[in-house]
Amino acid sequence: MLGIIIGVSAVIFINSVGAGAQSLIFNQIKGVGSNLIGILPGGSEEDGPPASVMGIIITTLTNDDALAIAKQILHAESVTSYVKGTGTLHWQAQTADSSFNGVSSSYIVTEETEVGEGRFFTEDEARDLSRVIVLGSQIKEDLFGDQDPIGQTVRLKKENFRVIGVMKPRGTAGFQNYDTEVFIPLLTAQKLLLGIKHISFMRVKIDKEIYMDDSVEQIKQILRDRHNISNASEDDFSVRNQAQALQVLGSVTDALRLFMAAIAALGLLVGGIGIMNIMLVAVNERVREIGLRKAVGATYKNILWQFLLETTFISFFAGAIGIILGIGFSFLAALIVRQLDYDWDFVVSWQSIVLGFSASCAVGLIFGIYPARKAARLEPIDALRYE
Amino acid sequence: MPLIKITDLCKDYANDGVLTKVLHHLNFEIAKGEFTALMAPSGSGKSTLMHILGLLDRPTCGIYELDGKDVTKLSDDELAELRNHKMGFVFQSFNLLPRTSVLENVKLPLFYGHAPIDQHDELAKRALESVGLEHRLHYLSNQLSGGEKQRVAIARALVTNPEVIFADEPTGNLDSKSGGQVMEILQTLNQSGRTIILVTHETYTAEHAQRIIRLKDGEIVSDEKVRDRKTAGDGLIK
Repeated sequence: MLGIIIGVSAVIFINSVGAGAQSLIFNQIKGVGSNLIGILPGGSEEDGPPASVMGIIITTLTNDDALAIAKQILHAESVTSYVKGTGTLHWQAQTADSSFNGVSSSYIVTEETEVGEGRFFTEDEARDLSRVIVLGSQIKEDLFGDQDPIGQTVRLKKENFRVIGVMKPRGTAGFQNYDTEVFIPLLTAQKLLLGIKHISFMRVKIDKEIYMDDSVEQIKQILRDRHNISNASEDDFSVRNQAQALQVLGSVTDALRLFMAAIAALGLLVGGIGIMNIMLVAVNERVREIGLRKAVGATYKNILWQFLLETTFISFFAGAIGIILGIGFSFLAALIVRQLDYDWDFVVSWQSIVLGFSASCAVGLIFGIYPARKAARLEPIDALRYE
Repeated sequence: MPLIKITDLCKDYANDGVLTKVLHHLNFEIAKGEFTALMAPSGSGKSTLMHILGLLDRPTCGIYELDGKDVTKLSDDELAELRNHKMGFVFQSFNLLPRTSVLENVKLPLFYGHAPIDQHDELAKRALESVGLEHRLHYLSNQLSGGEKQRVAIARALVTNPEVIFADEPTGNLDSKSGGQVMEILQTLNQSGRTIILVTHETYTAEHAQRIIRLKDGEIVSDEKVRDRKTAGDGLIK
């Protein structure tokens, strides 16, 4: 009975937490902006992850592609190229590990984010290979504490950078903590720190959502022209809009949830075996009762159903307790996560309740069969004589 | 036509490959309305015979005709059906459902029978009245005295209005007063036309019947009418 309770509540809990986490990630991604188109180097299936996600470096995408897109796409509000790297920032005796982003000056427009103190770098600074840096709020905190960072010089990969701004706190989206990132001009990052000509990816912000699909097609065409590709199946880039990204992410997290629910189901199985044992003991304890029932006219089927109903009732009951506990735990988890300042939805889907309930009843039925058959097969005379 | 007719009936038990012959080729008849006692010392097969007559067990050989019909070839379900509406059982150890009310205990056979469910309470109450326990309807079976328990068991045996009641040492666990009450009830039932088969090892108890069949080592040693029949209520000594 305890096994079933734990199993069912685990199913509910995992589903609820999974759904909550999923909606949290979705909301954060949507917060980035739903009018974004992402362009990644390397071809990919429509709904599979592009090669660059797997850590394969592809050098075919360049900032010139970004400039061409910015020029040719009518509805492109901004186009931002990105390169990424990691390094340790030094200021006086303080250090902070960060991931640095070489980005176009359009970054704050594309990402709809804001600078808290100071300013972001300008297009001119970006073009001139300026050694300026904008810090994430957490990095600023780590390096400078309460001191004013603007105008200070920090070292990153043996190069000096002048701090010109600090981003507003933005929090975590998916697996990315924006507040531990720093931003430097794209060209500076490419030439000074990384020694590369390609970019990691680019993002295009479209002014209105209705132009998204057209723009995606146009971007693909521009890139094919520029990369001399005649056949779409040979694309060396992937163009994704937000909706597709959400789909990919959704399928990944769904799989994860399913996997965890399967583990919870294992708990149910163990619970089922527990119920079977309880019922076998019950059958042994009630041998005389079974004998008497048979003596006064109970048939094989009567006894079989009596015991099957009993196990099903027990597991039904255990399932109900499990569901209540599961909802309770999920609610508790939601409260705790909200305390940590995340925008967490408390979701208990009716599917998971139905699943939990029917699973527990099924377990009761299946594991009740053996003890019930054992009871029903007793000879009345042996059962009556049993001491 | 006799209610029960036994022809060449025998019963063997195989225990760990050792064959034990419990009953040897028995022949007898019991008429409708007869009060018969099966008497024998312990371990001489009288309970086995009662179980076979009560369709709780099957004979190894021979024919058992109930109401003119051979019942040795019937399926388990058919036997259960016959037990339900033709027979009632009273056991030495009462066999009531523990932690269950008197009324529910008496209703139990109806649950497996054909009587409409809205009559169950009424039938059970009437059966309990006939054993003088109408004031104990909602007591739990374990709150009753031994004599009361056995009377509940008799009510349970009566509730389906069976033709024959089997009583297996019904006074065995009772004091003489309670035992007397039980025998009185059985005699009253017999007077109202019911067939009673009583199993006992006590001559005194057996002499409440009209006829005694004595068994020894699985064989009938005598089968005779009771000349000096005891009437319950005149001081039954256990």
